[in-house]
Amino acid sequence: MKFWRTPLDVNKLKIPQGVLYIVKDRCKGCGFCVEYCPKAVLELSPEFNMKGYHPPVAVKEGECVNCDLCETICPEFAIFCIRKEDEEEESSEG
Amino acid sequence: MTGNHYLDGDYAAAEGCLAAGCRFSAGYPITPSTEVFERLTQRFPLCGGFYIQMEDELGSMAAIIGGSWAGKKSVTITSGPGFSLMMENLGLAVMHEAPCVVVNVQRGGPSTGLPTMVGQADMMQAKWGSHGDYEIIALAPSSPQECFDYAIKCFNLAEKWRTPVLLMMDECVGHMTEKVVIPPADEIEVEERPYTKKKPGEYLPYEVGESGQDLVPDFAKAGDGYRYHVTGLTHDARGYPVMTAECQDETIKRLINKIKLNADEIIEIEEEQTKGAQVVVVSYGISYRVAQPAVDRARAEGIKVGQMRLITVWPFPEKRITELAKKIKAYVVPEINLGQVALEVERCAGGHAKTIPVTHAGGWVHEVDDVYAAIKEAAK
Amino acid sequence: MTKTAEKAVEEKLMKDHPLEPYLRMDRIPHIWCPTCGIGTVVSCFIQAVIETATDVDKLCIVSGIGCTARVPGYLKMDSYHTTHGRSIAFATGLKLANPELEVVVISGDGDLIAIGGNHFIHAARRNLDIKVICVNNFIYGMTGGQVAPTTPLTANCSTTPYGNSETPFSLPYLAASCGATYVARWTSLHIRRMTRAFNEVLRKRGFSFVEVIAPCSTLYARRNKLGTGLSLLKYYHDNSEIAHGHDVKDLDIGYQEKIKVGKFIDEDKPTHIDRANVWHTKVFGDRYNWYGPKPPGMEEAK
Repeated sequence: MKFWRTPLDVNKLKIPQGVLYIVKDRCKGCGFCVEYCPKAVLELSPEFNMKGYHPPVAVKEGECVNCDLCETICPEFAIFCIRKEDEEEESSEG
Repeated sequence: MTGNHYLDGDYAAAEGCLAAGCRFSAGYPITPSTEVFERLTQRFPLCGGFYIQMEDELGSMAAIIGGSWAGKKSVTITSGPGFSLMMENLGLAVMHEAPCVVVNVQRGGPSTGLPTMVGQADMMQAKWGSHGDYEIIALAPSSPQECFDYAIKCFNLAEKWRTPVLLMMDECVGHMTEKVVIPPADEIEVEERPYTKKKPGEYLPYEVGESGQDLVPDFAKAGDGYRYHVTGLTHDARGYPVMTAECQDETIKRLINKIKLNADEIIEIEEEQTKGAQVVVVSYGISYRVAQPAVDRARAEGIKVGQMRLITVWPFPEKRITELAKKIKAYVVPEINLGQVALEVERCAGGHAKTIPVTHAGGWVHEVDDVYAAIKEAAK
Repeated sequence: MTKTAEKAVEEKLMKDHPLEPYLRMDRIPHIWCPTCGIGTVVSCFIQAVIETATDVDKLCIVSGIGCTARVPGYLKMDSYHTTHGRSIAFATGLKLANPELEVVVISGDGDLIAIGGNHFIHAARRNLDIKVICVNNFIYGMTGGQVAPTTPLTANCSTTPYGNSETPFSLPYLAASCGATYVARWTSLHIRRMTRAFNEVLRKRGFSFVEVIAPCSTLYARRNKLGTGLSLLKYYHDNSEIAHGHDVKDLDIGYQEKIKVGKFIDEDKPTHIDRANVWHTKVFGDRYNWYGPKPPGMEEAK
């Protein structure tokens, strides 16, 4: 990230990371998430789901910042994102 | 309000609603029913009720269904033209199985007709007005005292059977002032809808009640955490729309059977001297009051005349009419329309007895002479 | 990931979707078309319910008939699917009979403004404490693409096959002129701002109206050769201007022209029940019991 001057807490700044979950068979291939992801993490995958649509696939998952835009804009409730720390916490507990 | 009063039918009906526990009303003014609503607006604030004069009858009917789902006993009041407007949402009340009461103070029709004069021409509309197959309950009072009593009956029937119930008054009874005796509150029997005892999660809005016999599902009001879904679309026990012929068959037949199979419990008729009669006069509402002197005159001449007063006009007392038809010569049906309930009587009489309608286009009640002439004709 | 690991993650998914506790999962997938905007509105609404910590038990959703009107069927709240145009009247009954309920009407432009227009203007005039979310897709979707009172001039619909010649309503103008206390317009692309608008509306007392312009892919977009819902979202992206507090008289939307969005009105007025209570108290004094919950720190209604 480019700053015009370095913020005082730049060492404490932590860009969140997200883990994507895609419910492939609910997707109707609308492309909203692909188009509007601010980090262009998603692309429509070449494979088909059960309904014959191309669901999204994360091509740059490491860059996902857990902004939840895809989760909110998806009309099918077919994609959601969980913060990496929460996810790791859950899997270590579970 | 306990005690003896001198009230007109409209006011008595309003008092009856209050006595039955009605605490919400949405109405639209229309002669000759406006006074019922006016009375409710005067009395509600101190009884913990709330009212709203809606912008039209369509909204009024929709609002009382909403009020019913919120747990309040709700009523709307109208006359012919407004009744026509309410038809779609009457169907919604039937589908939703929302208990509510619609008071129709009938006037001369069709269309704007005779706003300030009597008619009884909405009787068939009460049964067949809304689209689709359905059953309805309709009561017809013939005096202000009965307006009070039957308003309470209407609410009790609505609550018990989870259906809209119609109080088919007429302008004459509505604007007639007579003695009305209001009994003390603890002497008035009031029924409540079958609230569910199940917990949220277990409850299904249209699962037939525990007893199974009465086909009436348990009720859960809005805001109690049941989180159910109800719709006017054909639905299953979960309340979800299911667009199949099987679901339609099951749901509609249950809705109809809910009333039809329990008709014996719902129907109320008053018979007088029908045993051994040659002629029976079938009447309801104000026409009953007019028929009485004609019957007396005929009896004085030796004609064996019985009277059958329909307290519930719908569901129609088919069994009794058919049974009695086999023993008598003819039915005489005076009503202030050009033959509506007479058609039902004729259908049920099945040819065993003649049906002589005494018709009147509306605007005033029958002449006693006309009814008497019809009775004499019937006795031939 | 291996196939089994994938399946395991997928099964875990079915339980983990954050919005799932608020949806009737036994009815998902829903009936809306691919690239329809209604699903987005539902997501934003549920987010708002979560963010405002609204008591879901007291929340009632009412709708009429139409595509948007199917929303209550998918929300796990007390939901009422009523007759065409009568959702606001029904909501009036619900709210007035039990003022503790939070009543939200979610329905479409045709249902609320055409056949339901009369109820809409009167509910706004009375300042009934109900919230109305109107998803405006400029057309009657469910019934096959007929013209709506919000369809822009010249658009092609099944009942205006040669182009719409009726001037459409400007919904914020209509709501404001009738006295709504909160009027906002967003598109289904403005997800954050829409959610914030829903937050404000759920916390507000008084008649609140939010118009959400959403794409209708199968009918509006297809009939007018505008592509898919995604193309319409791109049109919203390129043509919407945020104009908070803009004069409501100037919010018309021409065919594929600029759309002004934002919060136009946000004021406080006593609600219908408040006024009735105040005046009955004046008339009856101690004999009158306040109807419904008392509003927080309310001043005398004029």
